[in-house]
Amino acid sequence: MIQKKYVPYGFLAPYLLLFSAFIIVPVAMAIALGFTNFNAISFPKFIGLLNYVNLFTQDLIFLQHVLPNSILFALIVGPGGYALAFLLAWSLAQIQKGPRAVLSMLIYSPSMTAGVAVSVVWRLIFLGSPQGYINAILKQLGLVNEPINFFFNAQFIMPIIILVAIWSSMGVGFLAMLAGVLNIDKTLYEAAAIDGMKSRLQEIFYITIPSMKPQMLFGAVMSIVGAFQAGAIGVMLTGSNPTPAYAGQLMVNHIEDYGFIRYEMGYASAASVVLLAIIWGFSQASRKVLKDD
Amino acid sequence: MGQTTVNPDRFHKSQIPFYCLLVPLAAFMALPIIFIVFHAFKPMDEIFAYPPQFYPRKPTLENFRALFTAAKAATVPVSRYVFNSVLATALVVLGTIIISSLAGFALSKMDFRLKGAIFAINNAALMFVPAAVTIPRYMTITFLGIDDTFLAHVLPLLAMPVALFLLKQFIDQIPDALIDAATVDGAGALSVFFKVILPMIRPAVATGAILAFQLSWNNIETSSVFTTQEEVRTLAFYMSTLSASGAVAGQGMAAAATLVMFVPNLVLFVILQSNVMNTMAHSGLK
Repeated sequence: MIQKKYVPYGFLAPYLLLFSAFIIVPVAMAIALGFTNFNAISFPKFIGLLNYVNLFTQDLIFLQHVLPNSILFALIVGPGGYALAFLLAWSLAQIQKGPRAVLSMLIYSPSMTAGVAVSVVWRLIFLGSPQGYINAILKQLGLVNEPINFFFNAQFIMPIIILVAIWSSMGVGFLAMLAGVLNIDKTLYEAAAIDGMKSRLQEIFYITIPSMKPQMLFGAVMSIVGAFQAGAIGVMLTGSNPTPAYAGQLMVNHIEDYGFIRYEMGYASAASVVLLAIIWGFSQASRKVLKDD
Repeated sequence: MGQTTVNPDRFHKSQIPFYCLLVPLAAFMALPIIFIVFHAFKPMDEIFAYPPQFYPRKPTLENFRALFTAAKAATVPVSRYVFNSVLATALVVLGTIIISSLAGFALSKMDFRLKGAIFAINNAALMFVPAAVTIPRYMTITFLGIDDTFLAHVLPLLAMPVALFLLKQFIDQIPDALIDAATVDGAGALSVFFKVILPMIRPAVATGAILAFQLSWNNIETSSVFTTQEEVRTLAFYMSTLSASGAVAGQGMAAAATLVMFVPNLVLFVILQSNVMNTMAHSGLK
């Protein structure tokens, strides 16, 4: 251990400086602006909790579309994507090294195509003309006569966004859980086998998960953040904000809509505080679930 | 033993159920990317073909040529976007690993009053979603006077909580005795960092580099929100304009551009995969 008084701060200084400037200060400003009426031109005017009151009582788009969409999206993509990531990581640990390296790379590959690339790929698949892959298949099977315009049909937008989000959710958290499963001491399993543990399911719940809780938690936090961040893909896929009939509108899009299209910065800031609070709440909840023993 | 075990050395038929699960799912994950690869090499008539062809019959580099010449008509050649992307990404990767390994060393191996608090704040920041605070970030960037400059691509991305977290966790497992030995020999903190720590944390540095690379290389927010001049925008942004136009004619070019964006990510990951797995083993969050 190095114990000189000022040395540590010297090492930390560059990081802390940038961390404060681009993470702490913006978050603090969002919290402050959330209490104001601000149109980006005149000085922000303090209005107390009015933005929050409006958001939860007046904003019909938020209440009827954004909030239900976000809850549905978060519940499916968060726990669903997380469970899938664990299942895949656990299964990968049961096969040999060579095939595991190849398969885990394939599973991770969508995480390398962030943002735009994702929309290019999936637009091609769901293209609303006979040239689209899905439409071509549907037509050949005789299920449709006219191609379905997936991105303009409110009924399809959300399921597509959820599918794409899950597709791209096998990221850092997935890799962490894979490493976690692989690092569990093999003798634990052997001891359990001697003690009469028979089913693989018992093994998962009594050995695997308890032995890799820290990785499970890291994976959970990463998948929650990833899920909320992925909210932007609806706009990229449909090519418009708001998405058609607000069918794919999520928190991130709503904030952008008010902030950069309507220039109601105070209101948009209040919405971003709500988003950060939701993410924090989800992470605390997963911490509780995983710590509980 | 006939049963499957974790991390087995050779194939056994009890592994078949796992392959039955993994292979179709891996195919589902990889297929869209394979689509785009094939699409990028299709000539115009095959892009418009009905029914759509999975693989190109007469593969061509036409789309790539179009991608790199079409923009000549625009204000800025594609090579400029590529140059901006490469330079910005190189600086972000280098900057991120330097500042976060320095900070990780301090948080892991030094004793000081705010240590616990700083680590706790950084852990909370793992949940930070930049898109949520785009507006105040924009204000900060304008306040610093770096909007519309190249620095807007670099500075805001350098403090990466995940990179610091992974590096700190990795440094934790280096025995204190090694550092003490070097200190007794008269080495200062900086020379301990360069001579003892850095050589031992290569896997974590590689992982931080990959994450920083992905963040910067795929970033369009900076180009679209923090800049107005084409000269300082990046390849990812140019790509987003191609796909946003939505025209079928742009499809081949968009596919080619996606491929150009994707390949560096893939190559880097393949080279550094074992380093990443090694680092992730220490990624536990308590």
